[in-house]
Amino acid sequence: MSLESAKQTFIQEAADLLVAMEDALLSLEESPDDADHLHQVFRAMHTIKGTAGVFGYDPVVNFTHTVETLMDEVRSGAVALDSDLIAVLFDCRDHTAKLVDAATDAEDGAALDPALEAEGDALIARLAPRLSTSDDAAERGQDDAAEASASTNGGDHNWVISLQFRPDALRNGMDPLSFIRYLQTMGEIIAVFPNIDTLSDLETFDPESCYLGFRIIFNCETDKKSIENVFEFAEDDCDIAILPPSSEIEHYLRLLDELSDTEVKRTGEILVQIGALTPKELSRALTQQAVEQIQEDESDDDSQTPDTRPIGSILVEQSSISEPVLDAALRKQEKSREKATKESQFIRIDAARLGHLIDLVGELVIHNAAMKVMVKRHGIDDVDEVVGSVDHLVEEIRDNALQLRMVQIGDTFSRFRRVVRDVSRDLDKDIDLVINGGDTELDKTVVDKINDPLTHLVRNALDHGIERNDQRLAKGKPARGKVELSAHHDSGHIVIEIKDDGAGLDPEKILGKAKALGLVRPEQTLSRREILQLIFEPGLSTKDQASDLSGRGVGMDVVRRNIEGLRGTVELDSIQDQGTTVTIVLPLTLAIIDGFLVGTGTDQYVIPLAQVVECVEIGHEADVERQDCHYISLRGEVLPYLRLRDFFGTGDNSRSERESLVVVRFGHSKAGLVVDELYGELQTVIKPLGQIFERLKGVAGATVLGTGDIALILDVAELTSMLHRESSQHPALATQ
Amino acid sequence: MSNPITQNSKDYSTGGDEETTQYLTFFAADERYAIDILDVKEIVEIAQMTRVPMTPDYIRGVINLRGSVVPVIDLAVRLGKEGSQVTKRSCIVLVEIESRGEWQQVGMLVDEVNEILEIPESHLQPAPDFGTDIRTDFIRAMGRVDDIFLILLEVGNVLSLQELSQIAAIAKRAEPGRSGPTEQIGAPADAPDAD
Repeated sequence: MSLESAKQTFIQEAADLLVAMEDALLSLEESPDDADHLHQVFRAMHTIKGTAGVFGYDPVVNFTHTVETLMDEVRSGAVALDSDLIAVLFDCRDHTAKLVDAATDAEDGAALDPALEAEGDALIARLAPRLSTSDDAAERGQDDAAEASASTNGGDHNWVISLQFRPDALRNGMDPLSFIRYLQTMGEIIAVFPNIDTLSDLETFDPESCYLGFRIIFNCETDKKSIENVFEFAEDDCDIAILPPSSEIEHYLRLLDELSDTEVKRTGEILVQIGALTPKELSRALTQQAVEQIQEDESDDDSQTPDTRPIGSILVEQSSISEPVLDAALRKQEKSREKATKESQFIRIDAARLGHLIDLVGELVIHNAAMKVMVKRHGIDDVDEVVGSVDHLVEEIRDNALQLRMVQIGDTFSRFRRVVRDVSRDLDKDIDLVINGGDTELDKTVVDKINDPLTHLVRNALDHGIERNDQRLAKGKPARGKVELSAHHDSGHIVIEIKDDGAGLDPEKILGKAKALGLVRPEQTLSRREILQLIFEPGLSTKDQASDLSGRGVGMDVVRRNIEGLRGTVELDSIQDQGTTVTIVLPLTLAIIDGFLVGTGTDQYVIPLAQVVECVEIGHEADVERQDCHYISLRGEVLPYLRLRDFFGTGDNSRSERESLVVVRFGHSKAGLVVDELYGELQTVIKPLGQIFERLKGVAGATVLGTGDIALILDVAELTSMLHRESSQHPALATQ
Repeated sequence: MSNPITQNSKDYSTGGDEETTQYLTFFAADERYAIDILDVKEIVEIAQMTRVPMTPDYIRGVINLRGSVVPVIDLAVRLGKEGSQVTKRSCIVLVEIESRGEWQQVGMLVDEVNEILEIPESHLQPAPDFGTDIRTDFIRAMGRVDDIFLILLEVGNVLSLQELSQIAAIAKRAEPGRSGPTEQIGAPADAPDAD
């Protein structure tokens, strides 16, 4: 891995960790005691510090070190986490992000931007009073002090050493007491309890055998390894179990906690690594495990469960470790194992490669269609079956390839938790963000592009939608405002709603403004819905509009343009004093869809299959025609329709004898399209039409057919809404 | 008069010290025009063309160029002349136009493609203020070849994407009687050659 790609990994990792940290901080605001989240914040700082150190980004290391130290104390309970501290930590998070950017952008050896440095110093200054190492901490209640002294108290350093000599110890020249004497040079022996259980009856007593056993309470600030070394000579002649003092157990637990979980290790290895177990104890236990295994094999040849006893239980039995430590180690092992499987489930892929793959799949789809046309034209029956299965495979490949680029919208939504928190704090409002349907998936390319419009809409809702607390109470609403982000799928589209329970919009004011700007002629009558959509007109985004609208229209035309650029639609509904809902409908993918091919005259058009409800054959007498408007009664339902031939002007006037009506649906509205021919389903690779046609209404794109011809893809959303607009202008007809 | 020419000529000169520039000449509406050879991406024969509804007359349709959808402009109509009749010699000259940071290919339907000419800078004259029947901003310069002047087109203006995309403003239902949606001439075997 080159340095540059390692750096990229660092940037990515840091970004992920900072996102995790932000999430954790947001959760901590709700429940400050959540250990998992505290740990997450700590881990983010700890890991960034570590990796930044590898690259020599000193400013990052220095800054994150301070935050890490603080978080460690918060974790241990020495420092209380309150909302002020969380606020500072948010700033620290942002500052770390800036530092990482600065460090990775900077030339080697470039000095840190003084402004950034000053910001960092200011933040550290805000953190400093919290750190228990400062003078301030000493004043914090006596409880802490007592706790601290307890932990340094010698009482907690008592090791328990169980020493059981084997019968041959004396014969081998061991002097059991010498060990006790030697121990005294290392620390203080608090008490010695001889163990005489093994003493045999007088008749069988062998004076040359050793029956001695001791339990020694030994106070000493050393580690297990050095105590074990004392008994090194005697290891063949005695069984030793060294139990750590309770403070050591805590120490082990903490070490376990901090152990990186990047590697799956065996239980024994973990315990040895943290020093709770010495290699010798481990090998002894392993030997015993092997022995038991052999015994089991011998005693029970046709055993169905050849499982040996886990090493952990052997170790506890041997009193080598205490149970809490073992449990923690096992949990740790489980966690790393989970993480390892999780990591192997995901692969990071360059988005460009994925895009290239999807382009290729698009070509494959087109050429597959061309092959089908050829086979049909030449009437090669033998090939039909092969072509059928290839076709089926291509379809699956297409779906899977597109699936690769599908991401859940939840991550995009979650980012707004921070926006809501910050903005509501700035505005001194109390606002909840509710997220629904975060697991709804859509194409990554679409996700990337809706972030800006969404941010705009959410900010609007926070800023201008939700009223101040006192205003809300005056209106009889709960003081806490609510902004809801939700998403769901609907016929090949994703529907995203941004809903607030704020002040809503006043249609009269919008209409007045629109008339003043000349967007609406004075004599024009508009429905409430139409008036509300005026908010998306560029003219309405001036700042000198009515006060309760101020800013509400700013950039709304940009929002609409962005959404329409993605072949989507945006609509607004609002009830005064009850709230506003903005609904965005976007196609799930910008690449390949299932289409339905129809023809008028010699033209061919593709209708997205997900939007086709049904196809009906119609006779000429069935429809009612008045002026430009066409309605058809379809099983009692009045449906506006248009004849594609007339609408697009095919030129030749000969009507087909058998016209068909394709009923399409967009959202809740249905419409009919009358065509001459129905050709059937096909896989459609959407090709952009380019800038020249970007203002063309009713056409969403183009696709290449199997014959090599180009067919235009109809924009069902636009056609239906156009038909319904027309019908709303003829209320008499609409009620027929 | 000579001053503006030398100033302009710098912009077109491509060969540094070489004072000549190569131009592709072609016929459209019985007139001979030329464009800088460096603007030409490729020349393709006319294949299946798909009509795009509700567009102005000068947009002839879209073609499938090795998988991409490329719009084709009828140059004669764009220059304010009668629409081209597609013949065996008709060709599509593909150029690349830059707009808003993106490059897009656009095809120009012409009646016939001729030779490539080398015209020295000294043989160029600025567009006359009057006397031509096409918009002056479409003309980059007048080139003199053997005592005959031909119009060197300013491709960026003739095929300005901003201008061509104003179709919504003038979008009207295409009148009946316009040529059919898909046009096809002779099979590729007897396709026109570009002389």
